[in-house]
Amino acid sequence: METKKYEKIIEKHKPKETRVKNGIIAFVIGGLIGVLGQLLIDLYSYWFDISTKDASIFMIVTLIFIASLFTALGFFDKWVTFAKCGLLIPITGFAHSMTSAGMEYKKEGPIYGIGTNIFKLAGSVILYGVVAAWFFGMLRLLIMGG
Amino acid sequence: MIYLNAFLFAGLVCLISQIILDNTKLTPGHITSILVILGAALDTFGIYDKIVLWAGGGALVPITSFGHQLIHGALARSQDLGIIGLLVGMFDLTASGITAAIIFTFLFTLFFKPKD
Repeated sequence: METKKYEKIIEKHKPKETRVKNGIIAFVIGGLIGVLGQLLIDLYSYWFDISTKDASIFMIVTLIFIASLFTALGFFDKWVTFAKCGLLIPITGFAHSMTSAGMEYKKEGPIYGIGTNIFKLAGSVILYGVVAAWFFGMLRLLIMGG
Repeated sequence: MIYLNAFLFAGLVCLISQIILDNTKLTPGHITSILVILGAALDTFGIYDKIVLWAGGGALVPITSFGHQLIHGALARSQDLGIIGLLVGMFDLTASGITAAIIFTFLFTLFFKPKD
């Protein structure tokens, strides 16, 4: 009876606790990626003597490179399983979705495997991003006057 | 100070996404798409630029900045070209990221064997 009660209590609290834990992990990992981004911007603009704008492009490319390489090497998936949104929401998630789709469908050949599948998940980001940007751009131009 | 802001903003976006992911039926695909639209919407009213000034790299790393950069490039070109400028400038700022992702993905999928 006692154990049953205990299990009931556990059942009640377990999902909530993992949610809290997931949230904290996502917050910390995501935050650290943000700090890494700012750190890279500062380093690049100092090393190469370039503007912050150019340095931020270098930073994005660096993060994409790391995420893509680690996904291809096979251990980024484990990191994503652990950090979830902490790694999926930053630009690393974009690169990860493309490379993991490419790796998964590689066996189906270069055209119908890699070619048609790398944008399977990233495609929706681009589609809705472009449609939204176009819509809001039209709004700005036609209603708000540029 | 900008490092703390970067941590807070990037962390907060990820935290909100995680809460949505855990408590609704939405998948990461839904959430990233929503965030991109949100980023574009925030930039329409000039809010995202202020966040970038405040949080620096922390605002450029989350996928929201993808939407922000799409509309930013589009609006910049529309200054001289009007409505067609939206089409011309759409990928002006995001081209580097998308191109890099395509090239790295292609090279790495070509050279590395998938683990099964």
